[in-house]
Amino acid sequence: MKSQFTKRNLIWTIVVCVIFSIFQIAISGRMIPNTYQVAIITIGINIILALGLNLIIGFTGQFSLGHAGFMSIGAYSAAIVLAKMPNLTGLFVGMLVGMAITAVVALIVAIPTLRLRGDYLAIATLGFSEVIRIAIQNMEITGGAAGLSNIPKLTTFPLVFVFIVISVIVIHNFIRSSHGRACISVREDEIASESMGINTTKYKTLAFVIGAMLASIAGALYAAYFYVLKPTTFGFMKSIDILVIVVFGGMGSLSGSILAAIVLGIINLTLQSYSEIRMILYALAIIVIMVYRPQGLFGSKEVTDFLPKKWQKKKEVD
Amino acid sequence: MTIFLQQLINGLSVGSIFALIALGYTMVYGIIKLINFAHGDIYMLGAYVGFFASTSLGLGFFPTMLLAMVICMVAGVLIEKIAYKPLRHASRITSLITAIGVSLFLEYAMMYFMGPNIRTYPADFFPREVYTFAGLQISNHQILIFVTSILLMIALQLIVKKTKIGKAMRAVSTDPDAAALMGINVNNTISFTFALGSALAGAAGVMIGMYYNSIDPLMGMIPGLKAFIAAVFGGIGIIPGAMLGGEAIGILETLASGYGFSMIKDAVVYLILIVILIIKPSGLLGKNVKEKV
Repeated sequence: MKSQFTKRNLIWTIVVCVIFSIFQIAISGRMIPNTYQVAIITIGINIILALGLNLIIGFTGQFSLGHAGFMSIGAYSAAIVLAKMPNLTGLFVGMLVGMAITAVVALIVAIPTLRLRGDYLAIATLGFSEVIRIAIQNMEITGGAAGLSNIPKLTTFPLVFVFIVISVIVIHNFIRSSHGRACISVREDEIASESMGINTTKYKTLAFVIGAMLASIAGALYAAYFYVLKPTTFGFMKSIDILVIVVFGGMGSLSGSILAAIVLGIINLTLQSYSEIRMILYALAIIVIMVYRPQGLFGSKEVTDFLPKKWQKKKEVD
Repeated sequence: MTIFLQQLINGLSVGSIFALIALGYTMVYGIIKLINFAHGDIYMLGAYVGFFASTSLGLGFFPTMLLAMVICMVAGVLIEKIAYKPLRHASRITSLITAIGVSLFLEYAMMYFMGPNIRTYPADFFPREVYTFAGLQISNHQILIFVTSILLMIALQLIVKKTKIGKAMRAVSTDPDAAALMGINVNNTISFTFALGSALAGAAGVMIGMYYNSIDPLMGMIPGLKAFIAAVFGGIGIIPGAMLGGEAIGILETLASGYGFSMIKDAVVYLILIVILIIKPSGLLGKNVKEKV
């Protein structure tokens, strides 16, 4: 086994620590006003959602429009557990419960629908996420249409940051494993990869479930930050918001998703003072970005691909 | 039994609206393989044009509907030229996001100009009368919606099957490159498709404004989604399929709410969609296309 303490991993650890310290000092030193802190947490949650969806759409090529449904499962599970145990342990238990339920639901959704292709898959996943929303709306335990409130506020910046880092590591390692390469081959050409002996259904389902579980984590963090949960929050538009981040960042680019979530978050924040025309400008921004940069900010490249040659990882030949 | 027949009548008129919207989805999908999410908002635009024509201009039902159809037609063609045409060779997900952007733009621009509150058509626009027949109630609105929709669908079918431009539409949807080689102006044909679909959505908007008598800037979202489901249900790209799908979704939805499941009537529609997609993804009237390597 190779040592985990390579120079590369060390550099990344330092980079991550520096980014974290900058934000943490800025927040605890009250250099960032409260409204911006909400924006930072929202961006963080969006990053986790976008990373999960990017694994499904960008790396495995399966067009899912149902991400908000999985997020809502995570959010409601966390909120319900937190009502019994209003502390950090409760949040983690809730998160685990949410992930377990999400994994089961995602499996139920994935096995029949992933036989479908392209737009049909998109519409089927959209249908499932709406069914999840309507189910939540009609259940006793989730508070029906009124939703749940008085959820303890436990999500903090360090917590969100830790989960972003975990998601990046999980997805990055997954797509560089043999399973991940199988997923990418499914995206490139499903028939060809099938004829090479890859169990396409298995890998599509695997990517789908992992992505859904990340959405569930994001949902739990969301629930523990915003006090209230309403079924309408997790409608079709939420899935679209996440999809816009993924496509804007570039499908198949993790750093693209992160950057896109930040950029779109900042656009949203700056437009907040023009509340009346905010959505109009946001819509125009989406159209203009798509018309002039249809491949997204980074295409399928990562941010490290833009570094000078000598810093890049040497391509392994094997 | 009376409840069933009554809901069937209600369902047929709601279904006609879905069918009219679904036709626009199915034609656009058939020709450029784009789920035009902004189509539901064209329908909303039609409803607002109808509101404007009936209150400010005091027009009657048919002139109002014609005006809405023309304005929606222009809007549809403009949207295609500005937003979709540059992306014709981009990936489908990119065009889809653009369509969502256009949809958001139309919704919130309308909200900015007209305000988010609900508006109603004037009371004398087309006075509602209810006829009772063997215990069943049927209003003149329902008859009007049903008959107008059928006439519009027949007109559409004639245009697509009998005219030269209709032939061009069918050719482009089969193979755009080959159609271009045969001297068909692909751009004009696509614009014409958008014009036809948008006109039908505009007509549907005016009729729903009259039927429910409440319109708001976000009214297009859910019917748009359901109409798309209707198009998939009947077999996307197939014109009679959209009509069939629209009526089927309308009837199923009203039956669900008629039998006391109104809370989950949307879920019923989505579940049916999922079942259809899993059993026969090409839709009720769709043909199975063999996959080639």
